[in-house]
Amino acid sequence: MGLESIRMQRVKSFSFRWEWLLFVLILGAFFVNVRLSPHFWNYRSFMDALSVFLEAGFMVFPMVMVLVAGDIDVSVASITALSSVLMALSHKAGLPMGLALCVALLVGVACGYWNGFLISRVPNLSAIIVTLAGFSIYRGIAYILLGDKAVSGFPSWYAYLAWGYIGNTGIPFMLVAFLCCALVYGLLLHRTAFGRKVFAIGTNRTAALFSGVPVARIRQILFTLNGLMAGVAAIFLTSKLGSSRPNVATGYELEVIAIAVLGGASPSGGKGSILGACLALVLMRLLRYGMGLRNIPGQVMMVVIGVVLIGVVMVPNLVASRRKKVTVS
Amino acid sequence: MRRGNGAQIRRLRELGILVFIVIISLLVGIRNPRFLTFGNLHDMLLDTAVLSVVAAGMMFVLVTGGIDLSAESVLALTGMVAGILIKDHPYLSPVLMLLFGVVFGGLLGAVTGLVVAKGRVLPIIATLSMMYIYRGITFIVSRGEWIDAHEMPESFKALATGRIFGFSNLIAVALGVYVLLYYFANHTRTGREIYAVGSNLEAARIIGIPTDFILWLVYTLSGALSGLGGVMWVARYASAQNDTAAGFVLTVVAACVLGGVSISGGAGTIPGVFLGAITIGIINNALPMIRVSPFWKMALQGIIILVAALVNVAIARNLERAQLRERETLRMVRYGA
Amino acid sequence: MGERILELRGISKFFPGIRALERVDFDLEAGEIHALVGENGAGKSTLIKIITGVHQPDEGEIFWRGQRVTIPNPTVASRYEIAAVYQQPASFPHLSITENIFMGHPFLRPLSRRLDWKRMHEKARELLQSLGSDLDPRTPVGTLSTAQRQIVEIAKALSINARILIMDEPTAALTKREAEELYRIMRELRSRGTAIIFISHRFEDIYEVADRVTVLRDGKKVGTWMVRDIAEKDLVRAMVGREITQLFPKAQVSPGKELLRVEGLSKTGYFANVSFTLHAGEILGISGLVGSGRTEVAHALFGIAPADRGKIFVEGKEVTIRNPLDAIACGIGYLPEDRLQQGLFLPMSINDNITIAILDSLTRRGWLQPEREYEVSSKMLELLQIKAPSIFSPVSSLSGGNQQKVVVAKLLAARLRILILDEPTHGVDVGAKAAIHQIMSDLAQEGFGIIMISSEMPEILGMSDRILVMCEGRVSGILTREEATQEKLMEMAVNIDWAKFREMDRVGVGHA
Repeated sequence: MGLESIRMQRVKSFSFRWEWLLFVLILGAFFVNVRLSPHFWNYRSFMDALSVFLEAGFMVFPMVMVLVAGDIDVSVASITALSSVLMALSHKAGLPMGLALCVALLVGVACGYWNGFLISRVPNLSAIIVTLAGFSIYRGIAYILLGDKAVSGFPSWYAYLAWGYIGNTGIPFMLVAFLCCALVYGLLLHRTAFGRKVFAIGTNRTAALFSGVPVARIRQILFTLNGLMAGVAAIFLTSKLGSSRPNVATGYELEVIAIAVLGGASPSGGKGSILGACLALVLMRLLRYGMGLRNIPGQVMMVVIGVVLIGVVMVPNLVASRRKKVTVS
Repeated sequence: MRRGNGAQIRRLRELGILVFIVIISLLVGIRNPRFLTFGNLHDMLLDTAVLSVVAAGMMFVLVTGGIDLSAESVLALTGMVAGILIKDHPYLSPVLMLLFGVVFGGLLGAVTGLVVAKGRVLPIIATLSMMYIYRGITFIVSRGEWIDAHEMPESFKALATGRIFGFSNLIAVALGVYVLLYYFANHTRTGREIYAVGSNLEAARIIGIPTDFILWLVYTLSGALSGLGGVMWVARYASAQNDTAAGFVLTVVAACVLGGVSISGGAGTIPGVFLGAITIGIINNALPMIRVSPFWKMALQGIIILVAALVNVAIARNLERAQLRERETLRMVRYGA
Repeated sequence: MGERILELRGISKFFPGIRALERVDFDLEAGEIHALVGENGAGKSTLIKIITGVHQPDEGEIFWRGQRVTIPNPTVASRYEIAAVYQQPASFPHLSITENIFMGHPFLRPLSRRLDWKRMHEKARELLQSLGSDLDPRTPVGTLSTAQRQIVEIAKALSINARILIMDEPTAALTKREAEELYRIMRELRSRGTAIIFISHRFEDIYEVADRVTVLRDGKKVGTWMVRDIAEKDLVRAMVGREITQLFPKAQVSPGKELLRVEGLSKTGYFANVSFTLHAGEILGISGLVGSGRTEVAHALFGIAPADRGKIFVEGKEVTIRNPLDAIACGIGYLPEDRLQQGLFLPMSINDNITIAILDSLTRRGWLQPEREYEVSSKMLELLQIKAPSIFSPVSSLSGGNQQKVVVAKLLAARLRILILDEPTHGVDVGAKAAIHQIMSDLAQEGFGIIMISSEMPEILGMSDRILVMCEGRVSGILTREEATQEKLMEMAVNIDWAKFREMDRVGVGHA
């Protein structure tokens, strides 16, 4: 078999992908929004609509990988809160802002590493229970440190991270940073040996172990990456808010998981894509923006996200079981 | 006759928690004698009543290998609807309100159960979504407002303030629920089938247990108990708010794990969960007594979950080691020589 | 012999790509023990699953006490007083013996519908005692040994008054004494009029207890005989249907240098004091019953569950193996026993499956190089003659034999010198089996060292240069190809000189 024909076969196997469906939905949401508000298709407001909530988007990428590997992490938002609080406190204690940012990243890495260490090295300890404990511990430490106070007083350049634009192109800096991360993670998951091994672990963890894939080390790395990106999210979120308190990013873990799943990641492992997650993020933004235009309160959005999340997982299952029944009878 | 060491260890575990409870109580009592007064212990039990009821429902879900993160939102939504009802119809009997909580919560749980059992959605995803959905609906029905103590009739608030045999009504309700559930879990066919499903789903299906029904049932049960907890919560704190019990589900899971319930399914007892809930209640109650800032509560809770889970894993591991050693000695003994 | 209690006429069953059963007739009389034998993949399990209602036949009829019935599920099967005891019982590990026995048909108090624990415990104890066991019925089943679990399963079958009892390789994981205890129970049940269908690979079992024997081969029935009327070698011929020597083409190779040496390898509760050597060009067969520690030794060598004590030398150098990565770095590869659970990534493509273990050597600075992967996997596809539309088809779309070839391809692609093959031909069709044997022989000729674990006696005898027999976690002996016979192997697999081993455990000397 020549390599040429092998390449042809590979193209053929790409016939249907979840991403196409998301793309169509995005177009639909886009047109509905344009119909609702003539101002929507204004370059500036469109860019702003995209970059709202983008700080949480940073956590989506490693979350996709964690889900692909068949795990789950509900502690990311708490890590964000702890990173944010420690960064603010260390800056207040006299650390230059640049180093304070490093503190945020370090805290994220440390928390993620600890999660990953417990999950991958202690046998029979599930990711759910460890990250559920982490959910409580990390934000709990933030509360111990700061109580119900807030810390602010960051240098003015720091606000640029979340609010600034690249030159006078009108492209938000955060959006560029986001797209860079998307590229890095997309390549990591879909174009490297590491990414392939992540898929292998999620598809069949035992077989991966028997094939010499360093399962424990890779899971450890994934949770650490999750922590790192929670730290990145903390930097952007704090920049956006201009202050830090222990209750920042409450509920973000849910939205992050929801976006990853909507983007095609399966919580039972072995499936998921970075592109899908990006599209899902955009779709969620457009939905929320459209509802904002019609003055629909944010709580309704909670209901919508929940319904979408269940629907995305349930509908294919129901279709599959229906199909099975038909073939049996 | 040899009794298997598995059963012994499980019993030892419950004893262990009991000893832990006693030691903690004594230590706190030494620091602050007020802790061991009847009044304070009663308050502690009263605060634990809601937790223990919701944790019992969670236990059944955990036994089947699932998890119900929506419990806190079911609690909040039922509490809110009950609050609105009692505000508009103050003549409604409190007992009726408790029943309403069970039924309404049960309905909410039944929806979750359908999604898990028939929709084949992983429990963590399904209940995470339902947690969002029910919380959102809570905001919608309340239109963002909350219900105050003065909007509720005295008869309703008497659920918490009134007493039976010197104990608050709510404690009596919780105890009643525990007696019923103990009976259900250990002495009814359906109760045991829940354990069978959690222990080995495939084997349960093969011997004809309606596994889908059982899965649906545990989420419905968890919903019903969370609903009951919701009405109890509203009566206890005399207010129904939109963010009632936000984050409460963690405390509930902590109580279960502390009580020896296995997250991977199959194991968990009603008395164990009861002791787990009491332990959490004591810790929460003791913290202000020994002048620890309430901001420690959240982190402590997480640490408790983690330590309890690690202890569970360690126990299971030692059990396995002991079995292996036993197998080795048995081999030698059997062949004598 | 009594009344004809169950009769199957012209039963056929097709699975995608496989004809599992073809017009098989079978009958069972009350008060008989009817052995069902055949090689792996002959269709025994499928037949059993049809009787217990797990599978539905595509053709044919089932008669129960002369009346035509269908058995749509196991619950209905128990209504027809049919019960099955499996080699690895599917039980509820967290629950007590009593609950395992009565789950699905508990005793209830008449009015309250409350569980009658007292009566159930009593009845459970009674049942256990009638089977010669003094276990406490409150013991959780998870803490029992396999033999004890089987007794619980039999008690469960008795509790529904089963008149038709199916036992699927019940003795495979038992020691000789436990097996003898089981025979006693079986005879006892027979005398009470219970009909027993008994699947076994051990001729000893069949000649010990069975009245009649039915032989299946490749999904067809070869015949039914009274056990006393058929000699063992005729039975073997009926099962295999061809001369054994033709099937196994291991070419004689003079063994080369020592590749692997193991000294005093031990793991508490699994195996102790395992010592052997492996040379280049050699196939070392490991024989023994299921549960004798064969697979555990392989897992220790491959680093899945490392040993507690003992030394491993690869090409003369001592090595430490803590995980599969270490093992692969030492040149040790492992073909797992359970290919679906341990070997394959079903939804992933053939290409991804074959290259997963060698990804790092096919990448440039961590980046995937698809062309190099395609090259390797299409070469493997050709070499092993895997029948698939393309290297991008998901492995789930292949037949069992081709799936096994994919696992073999994954192992071969890694170019390791020492290969541990755990049941390499389990559950694959005859053609694929011959192909895999041919590959093994070729590999040995090229200078690979192969350790082959197998439950199939003819395979062990035909393919191995030397045979290591394990029993109860110990090496009970190593035979050369010339010394080995079926009888000798079986004898060594079930009997062990414990006095000698206690002495050895004490002194800590290996057995070579």
